[in-house]
Amino acid sequence: MCLGIPGKVLDVRREDGLLMATVQFGGITKQACLEHVPEARPGDYVVVHVGFALSRIDEAEAHRIFDLLAEMKALDELEAPDREVP
Amino acid sequence: MKYLDEYRDGPAAKALIAAIDKAATRPWVIMEVCGGQTHTIVRYGLDQVLPKHLELVHGPGCPVCVTPLEMIDRAHAVAARPEVVFCSFGDMLRVPGSRGDLLGLRARGADVRVVYSPLDAVKLAEANPSRQVVFFAIGFETTAPANAMAVWMARQKGLQNFSVLVSHVLVPPALTAILGAEDNRVQAFLGPGHVCAVMGISEYEPITAKHRVPIVISGFEPLDLLDGILHAVRQLEAGEAKVENAYARAVRADGNPASRALVEQVFEVCDRAWRGVGTIPRSGYRLRDELRAFDAERRFEVEGVRAQESPLCISGEVLRGLKRPADCPAFGRQCTPETPLGATMVSSEGACAAYHAYGRHLDARAAERR
Repeated sequence: MCLGIPGKVLDVRREDGLLMATVQFGGITKQACLEHVPEARPGDYVVVHVGFALSRIDEAEAHRIFDLLAEMKALDELEAPDREVP
Repeated sequence: MKYLDEYRDGPAAKALIAAIDKAATRPWVIMEVCGGQTHTIVRYGLDQVLPKHLELVHGPGCPVCVTPLEMIDRAHAVAARPEVVFCSFGDMLRVPGSRGDLLGLRARGADVRVVYSPLDAVKLAEANPSRQVVFFAIGFETTAPANAMAVWMARQKGLQNFSVLVSHVLVPPALTAILGAEDNRVQAFLGPGHVCAVMGISEYEPITAKHRVPIVISGFEPLDLLDGILHAVRQLEAGEAKVENAYARAVRADGNPASRALVEQVFEVCDRAWRGVGTIPRSGYRLRDELRAFDAERRFEVEGVRAQESPLCISGEVLRGLKRPADCPAFGRQCTPETPLGATMVSSEGACAAYHAYGRHLDARAAERR
């Protein structure tokens, strides 16, 4: 239920006293309240939970794990275990 | 980047699993706190590809599961009233109370509606001034800002026909309760990513310090969880116990200050009963006194409704990581997602429901036959 889904902000406007955005999640768009992530601009990704944006996704941080993986790959010649990842 | 599929990449997962394999030299028990994390672990079979001596146990972080039976019964009492439009998140409709679920109540004519957002319930109240609109405000800290905003907006608009039935719970007191139990087995936590997106990570520091357990704030995709497990194992192996943020793309150290401020304006900390677990001191929110006009329990006088939990279900032990779903004789038999007996089978995020959805009850049967 704490499901927070990353979506792309398409537009931002003030509506009924609240900062609102149209947010695209894959193929569908939904309205989300942007009141607590006012810095988000069209094109940014935000984590939305029950129609409410909780945070803006930090692009640099989002790449960290892939940088780490690349580093791991470069550093050691670890053999992957021969178990399959489903 | 769309921040979703990238974190489900097979080769990257393999590399992380290899790193975990290398790092884990001893047996460890790690609990993932959130139901959403449990769901991903079981769905992608992460528990089945990790080293055998690493045990993942599933935590209490499913608000639908832990909402106490008597709150469900109070919801029924309110929703059954003819003047009421009862609004809830969809997952709550199938949760069995003492006399069936809200879906059954709707079939008998009650006006029970699913809303996507609490703000939609406020709109419903505005559009239906002759009806009493009640929103079932459940959830962890993640949901608190949206629920607080709904109450705040209702007050702003001077709505007399909007109220909330509050059953909010908090993660840190639950972790403390788990660690404080005599039979605790948990040695590290994968912390609740979206809870921390709101609250920040500082409130976990006293827990790591006092109980000497690593807490790694983790996300919800397969790579997020494997990364979280790798961090936790490295800490455990090194004898460290600190809070690490492995979900920094969504979680800032101080969370979302605007959300925290609003939550504090609307809610105050109180004792809460957790379904299957019992009452945990200072483990939830209720409306602040000055907003009690929006309290549905008061408005409809259902504070006295009490309920008795079924003794058959072991969900309390599952929620505390002491037992696994397949340890329950009713799992997959009397208790299924269609006819749930207890907390962890009712929500799709509950550990029992996740095991059932991905066929683990069939594994258990096959094992029995052998």
